[in-house]
Amino acid sequence: MPILRRTASVAAGALPTTLATAAALALFALFLELHGVSAARALGLMWQGAFGSMFALSNTLLRAAPLMLTALCVLLPARAGLIVIGGEGALALGGLAAGSLAIAAPTLPAALAWPLMALAAMLIGGLWIGAAGWLRQHRGVNETIGSLLLSYLGIALFNQLVEGPLRDPASLNKPSTLPLPQTWMIGTLPGTDAHWGFAVGAVACVLTWLVLRWSTSGFALNVCGGNPQAARLVGLPVDRLVIGACVAGGAAAGLAGMFEVAAVQGSANASLMSGYGTAGILVAFAARQSPLAVIVCAVLVGGIGASGSLLQRRLGLPDAATLVLQGLIFANLLAWEAL
Amino acid sequence: MAEDALTTLAIGIIGGAIRVGTPYLFVSLGECITEKSGRVNLGLEGILVAGAMSAYAGAYLTQSAWTGVMCAALVGLLLGLLHGLVCSLPRVNDIAFGIALMLLGIGLAFFFGKPYIQPQAPQLPSLPLGAWIEDARWRTALAINPLFPLGLLLTGLLHWGFRSTRIGLALRLVGDHEGTARALACPVRQVRVLATAAGGACAGIGGAYLSLVYPGSWSEGLSSGQGIMAVALVIFARWRPLGCLAAAMLFGATGALGPALQAIGYSAGYHLFNAAPYALTLAILIASARPHRTLAGAPGELSLTR
Repeated sequence: MPILRRTASVAAGALPTTLATAAALALFALFLELHGVSAARALGLMWQGAFGSMFALSNTLLRAAPLMLTALCVLLPARAGLIVIGGEGALALGGLAAGSLAIAAPTLPAALAWPLMALAAMLIGGLWIGAAGWLRQHRGVNETIGSLLLSYLGIALFNQLVEGPLRDPASLNKPSTLPLPQTWMIGTLPGTDAHWGFAVGAVACVLTWLVLRWSTSGFALNVCGGNPQAARLVGLPVDRLVIGACVAGGAAAGLAGMFEVAAVQGSANASLMSGYGTAGILVAFAARQSPLAVIVCAVLVGGIGASGSLLQRRLGLPDAATLVLQGLIFANLLAWEAL
Repeated sequence: MAEDALTTLAIGIIGGAIRVGTPYLFVSLGECITEKSGRVNLGLEGILVAGAMSAYAGAYLTQSAWTGVMCAALVGLLLGLLHGLVCSLPRVNDIAFGIALMLLGIGLAFFFGKPYIQPQAPQLPSLPLGAWIEDARWRTALAINPLFPLGLLLTGLLHWGFRSTRIGLALRLVGDHEGTARALACPVRQVRVLATAAGGACAGIGGAYLSLVYPGSWSEGLSSGQGIMAVALVIFARWRPLGCLAAAMLFGATGALGPALQAIGYSAGYHLFNAAPYALTLAILIASARPHRTLAGAPGELSLTR
């Protein structure tokens, strides 16, 4: 029975992640008990805050949307053997590109503005992470550090422009670009408060899976990641594949920024940098760099983020409690890899 | 008075090199110890933030700044130990676990640091080395924090220790060639775990500097990525402690450029000048790294440069 075998292999793939998550939850429970908080109550509240109501679920999906895309920014380079962690900067610049279009051409009809915003965001995001890939392949600069430095530079550029030339004079306390025209705002999925970015993110994950699983370039990319020397020996264009994977990943992160601006914030401002880039790294590692699993893991990590405010309101825990849990999950994921 | 403004700028940058550079010095020395053993710890960023928080909390609770520094070193040691132990397990990638430790350290620091954002903890007193100078600008610039001489001492100690002691030799051997180290019955795993823990303690002290000297309070936006840049600094320093000192001062000066320019009334491009250390790091990496070739001075077992 091929289906049975398939299910078994999916279950075997999910086992280490499940074990690691269980261990992380146990440690988190211990952490909370030591802190004088009932762990059972806190974990119950977390479930309620993430999936317990329609409102909670919408909030979770709202956070999962950018997470899927920033996870792809880690996953695609990872398939080529690179650890890229600069998604946050690509996301910010993608959002800035979308916000800038609203300043440059506010009279465009939405049907034209959406593809243009998406294109601009993907271009700048792809350029940013692609640069990290280029620097690695052609200058020997370690991509982990390079991408993070580029991310810091991107965020500085973002702040400089949003607080300077691109600032809407009416935004007093929180420097922002001009608000997007009302008609440009991207609507919600029918029946939820989650926006279309979630659907786009899921489609991007499926597309990535299709390309990696069934296309020749996807296969070649996996060879590069597995053994670059072998890939070079059989004549694969290693540099082009690696940089291409970085560009595609950066484009995904840029797109995440565009959706944050056009579906959530309404303008480019500092709220874009709320940790989606970093949490996306966790999602990609939890999914063990498999694009379909990214969809599931993004929803789970999004749920952790969504439950933070409930923990804060009901138990008085700092909102960083969710960060602690994310860190514990990440650490356990890697430690359990040893088994 | 263009000349006067220029002097102010120069003094601001010299004073800033020490003021902004000290945390770079401690973090990069810590990373240097760790990398000499053949491991990379990207989690120093998390350790720095956790160190800053625990130093502030320790100083506030005991009303003694030096106890705060000890707390930070201890927390850094423990987190470094965690990195060292987990990365000793088979198939654990040290770079990836560093990212996890970064998340965890920052999460823990923000979690426990919430109550300490408001209160004022005692600060480390500065040493007025310039008290004999007339010019007030020089006096400010030369009011050196007590951690800087400590950092100089540590630099010298490591410079000597790496070259001329048994422990230093064992550390370099483990980092350069694991096989030889094993053949000579050198305890590879223990050396790496201890080196990572020691590196963590140094980074913790660097964090203590941030919350107890400059900027001198605990807030969630305290670190500006010094822990990450330390990795690049160590590459620039070619894994030499004296090089770390030079790199830290250079980075301090670059970081002080923005505020120094603001002091003489030039505030355009503030965010861009604040990003100068990142640009400098990247430029240095591009200039010093070469594709398809290992860097001179790099420990042979280091995954970062292979």
